[in-house]
Amino acid sequence: MALDDQKGSFKFIGTRPDRPDGLDKVTGRARFGADAHASGMLHAAILRSPHAHARILNIDTSKAEAARGVKAIVTRADFTQSLQPAPGMKGENWNILENVMAGDTALYDGHAIAAVAATSALAAKDALKLIEVEYEPLPHVTDVDKAMQPDAPVIREGVAAGTVPDGMHPNVAGYHESGHGDVEAGFAEADLVIEDHFVTEATHQGYIEPHACLAQLGADGKGELWCCTQGHWNVQKVCAALLDLETSQLRVTASEIGGGFGGKTAVFIEPVALALSRKASRPVKLVMSRAEVFRATGPTSSTSMDVKIGMKKDGTITAAQGVFRLQGGAFPGAPADMTAMCAFAPYALKNVHQIGYDVMTNRPKQAAYRAPGSPMAAFAVESVIDELCNQLGLDPIDTRLRNASHEGTKASYGPRFQRIGLVETLEAAKAHPHYTAPLKPGQGRGISCGFWFNHGGETSVSLALSEDGTVQLAVGTPDIGGSRASIALMAAEVLGVPYDNIRVIIADTASLGYNEISHGSRVTYASGLATIKAAEDAVKKLCARAAAKWGIPEDAVKWEDGCAVPSGPNAGEFPPMPIAEITRKMGATGGPICGHYEATPEGAGVSFATHIVDAEVDPETGKTSVVRYTVVQDAGKAIHPTYVEGQFQGGAAQGIGWALNEEYIYGEDGRLQNPLFLDYRIPVASDLPMIDTVIVEVPNPGHPYGVRGVGETSICPPLAAIANAVSAAAGVRLRQLPMSPPRILEALEEQTRDG
Amino acid sequence: MVEVNLWSGLRPLADGKEVVEVQADTVGALLDALVEKHPGLQEAIDAGVSVAVDGRIIASAQDEPIAPDSEVFLMQRLKGG
Repeated sequence: MALDDQKGSFKFIGTRPDRPDGLDKVTGRARFGADAHASGMLHAAILRSPHAHARILNIDTSKAEAARGVKAIVTRADFTQSLQPAPGMKGENWNILENVMAGDTALYDGHAIAAVAATSALAAKDALKLIEVEYEPLPHVTDVDKAMQPDAPVIREGVAAGTVPDGMHPNVAGYHESGHGDVEAGFAEADLVIEDHFVTEATHQGYIEPHACLAQLGADGKGELWCCTQGHWNVQKVCAALLDLETSQLRVTASEIGGGFGGKTAVFIEPVALALSRKASRPVKLVMSRAEVFRATGPTSSTSMDVKIGMKKDGTITAAQGVFRLQGGAFPGAPADMTAMCAFAPYALKNVHQIGYDVMTNRPKQAAYRAPGSPMAAFAVESVIDELCNQLGLDPIDTRLRNASHEGTKASYGPRFQRIGLVETLEAAKAHPHYTAPLKPGQGRGISCGFWFNHGGETSVSLALSEDGTVQLAVGTPDIGGSRASIALMAAEVLGVPYDNIRVIIADTASLGYNEISHGSRVTYASGLATIKAAEDAVKKLCARAAAKWGIPEDAVKWEDGCAVPSGPNAGEFPPMPIAEITRKMGATGGPICGHYEATPEGAGVSFATHIVDAEVDPETGKTSVVRYTVVQDAGKAIHPTYVEGQFQGGAAQGIGWALNEEYIYGEDGRLQNPLFLDYRIPVASDLPMIDTVIVEVPNPGHPYGVRGVGETSICPPLAAIANAVSAAAGVRLRQLPMSPPRILEALEEQTRDG
Repeated sequence: MVEVNLWSGLRPLADGKEVVEVQADTVGALLDALVEKHPGLQEAIDAGVSVAVDGRIIASAQDEPIAPDSEVFLMQRLKGG
């Protein structure tokens, strides 16, 4: 879509009005997934595998069925039999079904085996204990490197995509290789080459609201589903496939959402609740416990990575290569391709080569977590760049500026960049007082850049004008980051009506055309673009009504500040006709006035960030404190700057947890040992400094106002920036995340031992 | 003719080529032509690809136009968070 009329000056865009959901959220009036109730509702619970890998020999539900209050029990037999496994991502609906309810094998600790619906939550949980499952434990593997070794247990044969080279272990489900130039020749030109190995553990998105839904499905195949999700059209589509339903017969409504971060792009419990409801002929509510969220919903991939970079004394990078191994749980789909493609994207490189392996293990199916794959790659790449700068005595920002990608650069993943803002973020970081502020003894400073693609996707928006000139606006992208405010601002900008006169709702699946999931930082970009177009559609109709009233041609009327006005002196002299004057009579002048837009916008601009971190390490305890943090990121155009700053800060806060404390810990038995917030430590307010933000605005040519997605890029630099700061403070390079106190002490002791 | 740059991992499925020439004026026609010329690419394309045309990454819209001198790269499709 060509956008040759990009707007540069604004009345509403860039202001900071109150959030439209504020009162609902602070008063408890907002209705989240678990807040739904229905008359005659049953409560459900899921029986989960205690084994990391086991053949399911038999499931006996007879005792549970006879228990008081139990109304229905489902196992895999209650779902579609028509889906078949297929190599790579072609069989994704089968993979989802296999994850939602195990077939003949339990593939990880926490894998769903059966589910019960009963008259109370307690009765459902008690009934789980009466289900007898006969398991035959199988060898398991949870480590990505071990899963690739020849003697590793095979998770499932026949999964490998056609791109996986011959001779790889069957657990390697996907393979990506790309790059350009001659890396060996590049390394030969370098004055210094550093090659290093990095490891990161799986972390969870850590949303506060557990997955929850209320389902009703009748024998007539008609259903209603209320759930917390980032994409209810996707839930509708997947549930229809898993339960042999006609898609349009299942209406799905998205609840308010207590955090998603990518983890609620997947489907876990909704088909189970629908299957139970169909069997019991009653509505069924299913709410996950926190332990279930950890054991059975999407953590990130864990990684094992090798990165090699060559640099000249002046800081010019001569070549770079990386090998990125990602485990994605017991299913294909770990974002090894994105990891590899993002790894070196910030730099203009003549010689670059990257390989990614998507590896299966006996862990839960990985799910997206803000820019999936990119943060880990940045950790490895930016750590090596930091070490090169240290050893060559170079300034880390000047070095990155020397190599930075810009408009026209051939990206490490192939095509040339359009207008991008990496250089501007580096320059803003260099100019920020943080960069030159003195450090105290025991403190270190780290820098990192980060990159993410961003996305457009299928989008449908509709707005209706009320008789009083106010606006009802329906979008189909769940509001996971403040989008109702930014959507209202964009509509206000076009219509010229106050922000408070616009009510934005998230419509259900029966009310709009298909909307892709809220993912890929796409909502402000794509739903925003669609809102602008829908509002312009309404404006055109408003102008037509005014033209009819004045008796002049439609193209002789234009829209200014919420009023129809003659487009020029030749159009005649008429006083401005306000929107409310037109809408008040719209029933008698042609009928209701609405605006629509349906499209798949394809101009999401890629985005870059640069972070500055100061960290302090206690050499006696290994405890790390982040004492100062600054995020500089290109937003293209900040529609509601407060929300943009919130996204910047949120990414940094989650990155601090990922870098310093969060990790999935598996025992020798393959069971997750820390499935509660007590043992899985996410940062709390007292762990965090004030996170300073700088919004850089290099307009995206693919959006009428220049918007770039901001929700994901903010988590790309933190792992590396913090690791570089901690390594500087501790005086030893940290190559494994999280940099928890025991790991830091171990690194310090190793350094002392090795002299 | 349009030159389509594949990612290196696709070479074995395209007779060892990393650049394939096809006749196409839209993204959809380009994908069809690629499969016609190299049927081994069908699985990778079905699994989800984007097409970068002169730096714009086209994830879905098959009606996006392509000029004969466009710089075209096949990429794996994004799944974001």
